[in-house]
This record gives sequence, structure tokens and C-alpha cells, in this order.
Amino acid sequence: MIALSHYLVLGAILFCLSVAGIFINRKNVIVLLMCVELMLLAVNMNFIAFSHFHGDIAGQVFVFFILTVAAAESAIGLAIMVVLFRNRGTINVEDLDSMRG
Amino acid sequence: MPELKLILPELSLLALLCCVLLIDVFKRGRSNDWTSTFGLSVASLLIVLVITATGWQAERIAVFGGMYIADPLATSLKVFILSAGVFALFYSRDYLARRGIVVGEYYVLALSSVLGMMILVSAGNLLTVYLGLELMSLSLYAMVAMQRDASQASEAAMKYFVLGALASGMLLYGISLMYGVSGTLDIATLAHNIGGVRDGTLVVFAMVFVLCGVAFKLGVVPFHMWVPDVYQGAAAPVALFISTAPKIAAFGMVMRILVEGLSPMRPEWSAMLAILAVLSMAIGNVTALAQTNFKRLLAYSTISHMGFLLLGVIAGTNDGYAASMFYAVVYALMSLAAFGALILICQADAERDETADFAGFAKTSPGFALLVMMVMFSLAGVPPFAGFWAKWFVIKEVLAAGYLWLAIVSVLFSVIGAFYYLRIVKLMYFDNPDGSVVVGAGSDMRAALSFNGLVILALGLLPTWLMTICLVATRTF
Repeated sequence: MIALSHYLVLGAILFCLSVAGIFINRKNVIVLLMCVELMLLAVNMNFIAFSHFHGDIAGQVFVFFILTVAAAESAIGLAIMVVLFRNRGTINVEDLDSMRG
Repeated sequence: MPELKLILPELSLLALLCCVLLIDVFKRGRSNDWTSTFGLSVASLLIVLVITATGWQAERIAVFGGMYIADPLATSLKVFILSAGVFALFYSRDYLARRGIVVGEYYVLALSSVLGMMILVSAGNLLTVYLGLELMSLSLYAMVAMQRDASQASEAAMKYFVLGALASGMLLYGISLMYGVSGTLDIATLAHNIGGVRDGTLVVFAMVFVLCGVAFKLGVVPFHMWVPDVYQGAAAPVALFISTAPKIAAFGMVMRILVEGLSPMRPEWSAMLAILAVLSMAIGNVTALAQTNFKRLLAYSTISHMGFLLLGVIAGTNDGYAASMFYAVVYALMSLAAFGALILICQADAERDETADFAGFAKTSPGFALLVMMVMFSLAGVPPFAGFWAKWFVIKEVLAAGYLWLAIVSVLFSVIGAFYYLRIVKLMYFDNPDGSVVVGAGSDMRAALSFNGLVILALGLLPTWLMTICLVATRTF
């Protein structure tokens, strides 16, 4: 029998991986976008597990909304990345340092 | 249907937004002023403003299964958000015209962002909070990236996007745990269920994540890294927009999630907010001293002001919430005027956003210098301007709640903060102009900015009427 805690641990591991990915990654903006997606999926895992164990449907409805918003979010993220690449000719995270102070 | 009548402001803004978008597509390139996308957007906001104000509800009403709440707080915050939006669009038009970036999408995105803020402040369910927040933020990301050929703007947009997505991820993770602990997404039921949880550890754990998301949207330390870069990289009117209406909406979010949904956890979150507030006031004010870029300076000033705003929430009384709301509204007004002044001196080829560009305006355009001086005094908290009362009310409430040390710290840092505002005044009145920067703008922009300055002065002389509105708005909490 898979207990609730198993799902929560999986969700937490995925979440930590994505946060680590955002902070450690210094190379590519696309990896950042992937990490953001992974983070939302980790949250979805939590919601579905809780929803199942509570016997309450609201959590699964929330997941549908998160999936939809995540699609819109990655569309905007990719669009910004295209603009960035046109202006800079690079999508290296380390090059995003023209503003300081 | 009574339910539809209550959400009429959002429905009508959505309908008008779609109309504006369609008309913009068909009329592209041949438009005169009042039928242009700008005119239509301002008209839409004004129509929605009237609808919102006439739909005032004296008591809290929850509709659509508790998803949407109509209460005095929601209505009054919406009125302030819409008014700030109208001013922001007025200022933007002048800038966009002079810099040759006339695009209709700018206004449509601003409208959809306003729609998101309206949903956010009326949210009665964590799902509505999330949807409103995302609608607001996604539109803002796109607005920052609007200047497609500006390298700095796209870098700022990318930073804003990644950090914003990280913050919403944190918020969502917190919400999911909160849902697990309480078994509900409804904010009112959440407060009730959390009160009955015996072991509070998991609730506190979930709350930390939610607090991260909220703190990011407010832009308080240590979630402030995006603020200076986004302000500096984005075009002045976009930075203006980000620093006004969304801050009022973020205050609404604090009220909905923390004050309403997590009311049994008040001791825990007010301690966390106290740390955030002190750090914001300290780092915001001290770092601002070293800035030579005016937009960056305003960004750090925003961070410190958001620290002050939190003081009233920390106090945890109805009067405290009212003081915070007063602060949010007054801050939005001052920020409008400060960025408005920056837009007034932007030139056709580039923005003039260094602090040195303000040198000597007292000789070349005394009226402008007087206005900027008023705004700077108000930001610093010098009487008789509105900024003084904003600080006075939050510090008074924090003292009344027994946080003497917090009051002392905030006064200390506001004194340090006064230095960099006064430096701008010194530059204008005692330095010599180099003649390369001139005040240039249409008469309507000048009129709007003067009106803005007068409101700041008027609020400083008669702060009670706004405070009365804020007290009525926060009475139901």
C-alpha cells in the first residue's frame, strides 16, 4: 500500500530538485524554464495526493487550473527568451548581469 | 442574478478589455486621440470605476461557493487600483508617444493586469488568489519585455519572470500543504480548520512558503532582488505601473491570506513579518544611499516603503490594517508622481534616469523642481505632505500594539532614508544645470502630474477622509 507520505516525499524531492536547478544552473535559460515547470508538477503531485486521501475533489480541480496557467506561463517565458536571444545573441544565465548596484 | 451583479466590475472589465483588443487590431495605425486604444482603455477603466463604486457593499458577501468576496475592503481597494491605473495610463501615453513606441498591446496588457488585481483583492478561495495573482503577474512580465529592441528590458523581463515563477511555485507549494492540513481551499473555512489543528508545526511550515510568495510580490527583503533590476531595465511607465497598483493589490493579498485565512497563526506570522519589515527598512534605505540611477534609487525606496507598510499589519489591530492600507494608497500616489517626473524629463532618444540629470531644474523649470521637491519630501515623510501621515499612522499603531523597538528602528531608518531624497532636492536647487535635459511633455501630462502633486499636498493637510475610508474597509476583519 502506498501511503500519503510517499507521495509527499516524492513531491518534496521534485520541489527541491527544481529549486536547486534554478539556483545552481548558470548556463542555460531553457533549463530555468524546465525547473519552473517541474516545480509546478511537484505541487500538482501534492494536491492530487491530498485530494485523494481527503476524499475531496477541490484539490484535483486546482491541478487543472495550475496546468493551464503553467502553459500560459511557459509561453510567456519562451517569448521573453526569444526576445532576449535576439537582443543579446546568447541565453547564458551568467550573461544576465548588465545591471548592478 | 444577484451573484452576477456582484462580480459586474470584473465581468465588465473583461468584456471591455476584449473590445479594446479587437478595436486595436482593426484600427491599428490610424487613430486620433480619444478613439485610440489609449482613450478606450482609460474610458474602460473609468466605466469600471463607476460600476465598482456604485456596487458598494456594506457587509461581507461571499458568492459562487465562497470563491468571490464582495466587502468594503475589496470595493475600496478596487477603486484605488483603478484610479492608479488611470493615472498610470495617462503618464504612459506621453512616454510611449515621445519614445516612438506606440503599441496598443501595452494598454491591453495593463487592463488585464488590473483585472487580475481586482480578482486578487476579491478572492475568497486560494484558487482565486492564485488565478488573480497569475493574471496580474503574467501581464506584468509581458509589459516589462514590451521594448523589444532594448537589451536591458529583455534582461529585466527574464529576471522578473524566473523569480516571479519561483515565487508563485513557493506560494503554490505552501497552498498545497495548507490544503493538506486543513482539507479546504476556502479562506474562511481555512481559518476555522487551522484553529482546530493540534500540532501546528506543519501549518507553520506551509505558512513559511505562502509568506515567501507574498513577500516576493510586495518586494520585501530578502525577496527583493528583482525590484531594482526590473525598475532599471523596464521602461519608465512600466516601472511606474509595477510600483503602484500591484502594491495595493499585494496589500489586499496580505489581508486575504494572512489576516483572514491564517488568523489563528497571527503570533507566528507577525513575528516573521517583523523580521521582513526591519530587514526591508534597513537594506532598502541603506542601499538606496549608494545609487546614482534614479530608477534604482526609487526601487530601493520601494523596498523600504514596503517594510513600513508591513508595520501596520504586524500591529494586528483593525486600526493597524487601516494604517497599512492608508500607506499602500499614499505610496502608490507618491510613486506615480516620482515616476511621472521621470517620464516628464525623458528625451526622444533615451531615458534620462540618472540622479545627476535632475541638476539645476530650479533655474530652468522652477515649477517642475517644486513638484519634485514636494514628492521627495513626501517620500521622506516630511510634514505637511501625505507621506508624513502614512508613516505617522503605521508607527502609532505599532506603538499601540506594544512594539516599541520596532517603532524606534523604523524612525531611525526613515531618518537615514531622508538623506537620499534630500540629495535630489539639493541637486535641483543648488547645482548648475548642464542644459542637456529639458522638461518636455504635453499639457495634459503636466496637468495630470500637477494634479497628482496637489492630491499629495491635500492629503497631507486633510488625511482624515482617506483614513475614514480605510477604517471602514478594514472594519470587517
